[in-house]
Amino acid sequence: MSLLFAILLYATTLLFVVGLFQRIRGYANTPVPLKIPTTPAPTTQTGVVLRMTREVLFFESLFKANLWTWAMSALFHGSLALVLLRHLRYFTEPVWGWVALIQPFGAYAGITMLAGLGGLWARRLFVERIRYISTLSDHLMLVLLMGIAASGLTMKFITHTDVVAVKGFFLGWLHFSIQPLPADAILALHLFSVMALLAIFPFSKLLHAPGVFFSPTRNQTDDPREKRHLSAWAAKLESEN
Amino acid sequence: MADVAAPAYRIIPIIPALKPGAMEGKGPFVANEKINEAIGFPGKMAENWQETHDAVIAKMGELLSKYRSLKVYMDACVHCGACSDKCHYFIGTQDPKNMPVARQDLMRSVYRRYFTLPGKLFPKLVGARDLTREVLDEWYNYFNQCSECRRCSVFCPYGIDTAEVTMAAREILDSVGYGQKYSNEIIGKVHRIGNNLGLPGPALQDTLEGLEEDVKDATGIDIRFPMDVKGAEVLLITPSADFFAEPHIDSLIGYAKVFHATGTSWTLSSMASEAGNFGMFIGNYEQLRKIALRIREAALELGVKRIVVGECGHAWRVAYSFWNTLTGVGDGADANDRFAQMLQKQLDHRYKQPTHICEFTWDMIQDERLSFDKSKNDKHIITFHDSCNVARGSRMGDFAGGQFEIPRNIIKAVANNYVEMRDGTTREQTFCCGGGGGLLTDDLIDLRVKGALPRMEVLQETVDVHGVNFMATICAICKAQFTKVMPIYGFDRRMVGGVHQLVSNAIILGDK
Ligand code: SF4
Ligand code: SF4
Repeated sequence: MSLLFAILLYATTLLFVVGLFQRIRGYANTPVPLKIPTTPAPTTQTGVVLRMTREVLFFESLFKANLWTWAMSALFHGSLALVLLRHLRYFTEPVWGWVALIQPFGAYAGITMLAGLGGLWARRLFVERIRYISTLSDHLMLVLLMGIAASGLTMKFITHTDVVAVKGFFLGWLHFSIQPLPADAILALHLFSVMALLAIFPFSKLLHAPGVFFSPTRNQTDDPREKRHLSAWAAKLESEN
Repeated sequence: MADVAAPAYRIIPIIPALKPGAMEGKGPFVANEKINEAIGFPGKMAENWQETHDAVIAKMGELLSKYRSLKVYMDACVHCGACSDKCHYFIGTQDPKNMPVARQDLMRSVYRRYFTLPGKLFPKLVGARDLTREVLDEWYNYFNQCSECRRCSVFCPYGIDTAEVTMAAREILDSVGYGQKYSNEIIGKVHRIGNNLGLPGPALQDTLEGLEEDVKDATGIDIRFPMDVKGAEVLLITPSADFFAEPHIDSLIGYAKVFHATGTSWTLSSMASEAGNFGMFIGNYEQLRKIALRIREAALELGVKRIVVGECGHAWRVAYSFWNTLTGVGDGADANDRFAQMLQKQLDHRYKQPTHICEFTWDMIQDERLSFDKSKNDKHIITFHDSCNVARGSRMGDFAGGQFEIPRNIIKAVANNYVEMRDGTTREQTFCCGGGGGLLTDDLIDLRVKGALPRMEVLQETVDVHGVNFMATICAICKAQFTKVMPIYGFDRRMVGGVHQLVSNAIILGDK
């Protein structure tokens, strides 16, 4: 059983890394023939970095668009970040100081994460416009994330799994040595869901995470009059005259 | 025409309920064979559907490999709905497929089916669908109900720009002989005659001479409207509507007065008598480039030092953001970039190339080379409508947001009464007039009236509260659209006009 898990985990991690790398390479290699920043846009490279930082950390555009969605999504993403960092303790020995420090918050972040996801799903279910644009996969994605959060919280607050053994398994896994994993249904559910998420990441809307960095309306400097911007395929047209 | 009615204002501007199918089959006229072939597109769709199907998918693949925007935007949307209530066409028509995200999904569903693994394996699950004739008709209908105004892209957390998707869709449709009549006909004219309105050189010359006489009668001063003058300092590129449409022409007179008062030698060009570039609207790079190259040729031939662009929204986006790329009008080309250097060496880089006429006038006002009698505009209580392409696709001056400040500064320098419209509907959040993006055609009048709703509501509010009686704007399409739809909303059509119309009213001519 532990062996099966370990192998599956290697496979999905590989799929995640390679798949994501492929997508990112695809974005990076696709030309941008024209200057299309949504203006007013920063006129310097530093300005662009700041704009992108505000976008990625604070969801600036979403804030302008809709406070309810912004709040729910900030709650979900912020909590998720804390929860992920907290999970570093399963992969490090000794546990890094700052990871230990956020430990108590990380546990509660699981709850706020669930709340954020619930809020986002409520919007999807009850707001007519959002329901109209939602596909089955949009709903299932939320179910999957909520399943991950709920199973994690169950282990933390209700059933308690043998976390020492879990840590032993992951430390071993990192070094290709397979240690026993506790036979716990909730833990299995938790890990299977995470693997599912990893596997679909490079093929789904989860690509919004790397995608935002490649969005020309957000990452271009507003300097078309000062610098000539020319892509390779567009330059070819010039040699034809 | 007679049965076109304005939708009722919303009492409180809440997001409207959905009316599925409200705008189905209300797209514009399809271009005929002659129009398409004249600009190098297939005349009509293939008899055999499979052939068209394969060509569409192949073209889509090509565009995905040429435009990063399209590639990233097809993947990145999370269906968060932040953009869903931001489109004026959705607000005015309530058709859910006019929500930006739903408009993108018309293409995204096909992208997923043919270009992604989950869409190939489980189409139902991810909302992927086969490309059918019905799907293509739906593309034609709804991608021709988007003015490419980019309001949605301001609010999207990933900056997804529906205009990029619309442009790609129109490019694909054109490539299989399913183009839109209005835009393609105009592109034909610009190549054949030199401007969108099909005004040939000699007729233009007559018009300009007539204009000189009219202005002389009105002011007693000889203001020139020169054409094809070699060695002039400034080449003015302006939308051809400025030559005879109302109220456009009043702004043209304004530019001429500014040039006159500042002693600037300037010229128009008969070869490049059009600032507009509908190549952008149909998303076709080659057309965009070819149309823009006329300006390069004219500049080289006339040997001008500066290129100034008149009041036109999308033309300014093309000029500001794309001209340097397309034609070399700009600065900062590589030393060994011979194509661009040829022109850039000729231009005077103490000034931004190209320069917007508002930048030109504002610079002159700051240098105290112009003076005004502001009371001449006292009959007006003025507000300013930001045009979408200027607001969200370009800039003026040398700081971010100059495109908002400079026109307002000019208005305040030439008039006493100025008020803003409600926050959230100006600057980068401005609403499109409802006629941009190649939709300014009578066969879309229903859409245009409905699309103007959000702007009309806010204007009405400003009229009620501040007694506004003049809405200034710097776009030829805005001017044409508003003069047409405002009467349907109960406004006087003369309420809309250009910024340089106000300049023209107040400018003091003579020997200063
Ligand atoms: S670009 Fe403008 S017209 Fe097109 S979908 Fe976005 S908001 Fe609507
Ligand atoms: S705001 Fe952006 S991510 Fe959200 S639904 Fe619209 S296009 Fe998609």
